[in-house]
Amino acid sequence: MPAKPVSSPGRIGRRAFLGRGAILAGSAAALGTVFRRTASAQSDANIPPNVPPWMTQQGAPILSPAYGVPSPFEHDVVRRPRARTRTLTAASSCTPLQDLHGIITPNGLHFERHHAGVPAIDPDAHRLLVHGLVERPLTFTINDLMRFPAVSRLHFLECSGNSFWTGTTAKSTVQETHGLLSCCEWTGVLLSTVLAEAGMQPNATWVLAEGADAAGLSRSVPIEKALDDALLVYAQNGERLRPEQGYPLRLLLPGYEGNMNVKWLRRLKLGDQPFQTREETSKYTDLMPDGTSRQFTFVMEAKSVITFPSGGFQLQDHGFYEISGLAWSGRGRITRVEVSTDGGANWKQARLQEPILTKCLTRFRLPWRWEGGPARLQSRAIDETGYVQPDRPDLVAVRGVNSYYHCNAIQEWQVAADGAITNVV
Amino acid sequence: MWSRGPAALILAVLAVAPACLRAQDAPPYGLGRSATPAELAGWDIDVRADGQGLPPGSGSVRDGLKVYAERCAVCHGDKGEGNPMDRLVGGTGTLASANPVRTVGSFWPYPTTLFDYIRRAMPFNAPESLAADQIYAVCAYLLYLNQIVAAEAVLDAETLPKVQMPNRNGFTSPDPRPDVPRPGSR
Repeated sequence: MPAKPVSSPGRIGRRAFLGRGAILAGSAAALGTVFRRTASAQSDANIPPNVPPWMTQQGAPILSPAYGVPSPFEHDVVRRPRARTRTLTAASSCTPLQDLHGIITPNGLHFERHHAGVPAIDPDAHRLLVHGLVERPLTFTINDLMRFPAVSRLHFLECSGNSFWTGTTAKSTVQETHGLLSCCEWTGVLLSTVLAEAGMQPNATWVLAEGADAAGLSRSVPIEKALDDALLVYAQNGERLRPEQGYPLRLLLPGYEGNMNVKWLRRLKLGDQPFQTREETSKYTDLMPDGTSRQFTFVMEAKSVITFPSGGFQLQDHGFYEISGLAWSGRGRITRVEVSTDGGANWKQARLQEPILTKCLTRFRLPWRWEGGPARLQSRAIDETGYVQPDRPDLVAVRGVNSYYHCNAIQEWQVAADGAITNVV
Repeated sequence: MWSRGPAALILAVLAVAPACLRAQDAPPYGLGRSATPAELAGWDIDVRADGQGLPPGSGSVRDGLKVYAERCAVCHGDKGEGNPMDRLVGGTGTLASANPVRTVGSFWPYPTTLFDYIRRAMPFNAPESLAADQIYAVCAYLLYLNQIVAAEAVLDAETLPKVQMPNRNGFTSPDPRPDVPRPGSR
């Protein structure tokens, strides 16, 4: 008996609901237009008791294509621009969290935030310079760096501008509100290993990291972080970095704001003070209500969001649903996630799915029955330091609404009596 | 063998630790090669707040007006008022208001950052195309538009770091977080 074609459309996940007309995109523009309310005559012809044609003929041959791509039925699972921007090279695009499962972000769906577009770099023509307060200024090829002892680690990356302090609408999806968030297995060499190779001088306290993009994007990294768990990364999820993620080399600072994880890394300079770059003075600083700005706020604090069901989905059938979402902390492991279906009046402990790793996305799940009527879905994360993700009013009471970065407030989705789900502004 | 454990461990630590800590020792892996002064000179473009890294050259407000008009105004407006890209002028006194306006004049703490950023990233359509004199001149013109330097100012590696920015003391560190009371503790 021939093997079943690998291209058989799996009737799982979202489309399993959709095939029964159970869930629709509330906002077709936001979530795509692939959704179909009712099964077409053609697809009815392929369900029991009928035998579908893909069981009566050979499927596509191997290597079609040589580098595999998602099923065409998944064409709406794509990154989308976060906002209308004045250029498309200094811009960002968001991961479709509402369509993803587990904790890993496929490489083609990793969020983007570029300041001068994506450079096309020939790895043989790329170098990493390590200099400043070192005994031996060194230059490395990518092949040099790949000869060092390597490590692979799973970590989330989140832009510190992820989630809005103000300005969302009822139609905002989780892709828009939280999509500057991704999680990959990163492979590279510990930065501490490379710094030891250059011979760090004892008075070095900061490391300038500089990218080879047209912004020459640069950030100062405290030496404690550089020597702790910082990585020079050349691979993500098993393959070499994607151009959008810094090919052929990027810095990864687990748990730190995305901007510091400099892509297309070309230079590391050790110094005895921060370098006061544009990205750590006029940007990526947090303006407080009194007019002062917090500088060097690196850690992404614990946060969580329900990805299913979330803004734009439409519940139709009553009965069982599994609430599911993501939790993460730049300070370590997630220890607990609580979910409320009544706007925060009552909380239930969600089940955390293994693996639960430090500075990594953790998937949480909670069984739920929707019997019609309104509900207000919230989640809050607690990390191993005991930190509890704050409610928005508590966060705003301290920081106001003009700090732009580091918004980790609890997200609420409103389920209307008819099952339509919207963002609570 | 167990009785030898602690002694062996101490010996191992004595043998390994200095190799890790003493920078003058041989590199552990011998990978990469020495970077030459010429290689470093071409890529070492950062400018620190104390002026380290500023190149020779100078520029005046008058020269800056010309460079700005030709290379910058199309994005930032004739007088730095912004549109379509970032506003560069004004906003002083707004940071504590409901609608803060963050510009070079109202927000940026260091004049050297201006030089560093223009040198590496501007103009947007041709980064790293301005000569040092042109960058000093554009810095001078923008600081003049923000009423931070006089119309006759000429900036160079000596004078630029000494320019006092209005929001120089507007930044706080270290990070005070966690800063939000836990739920129910209010």
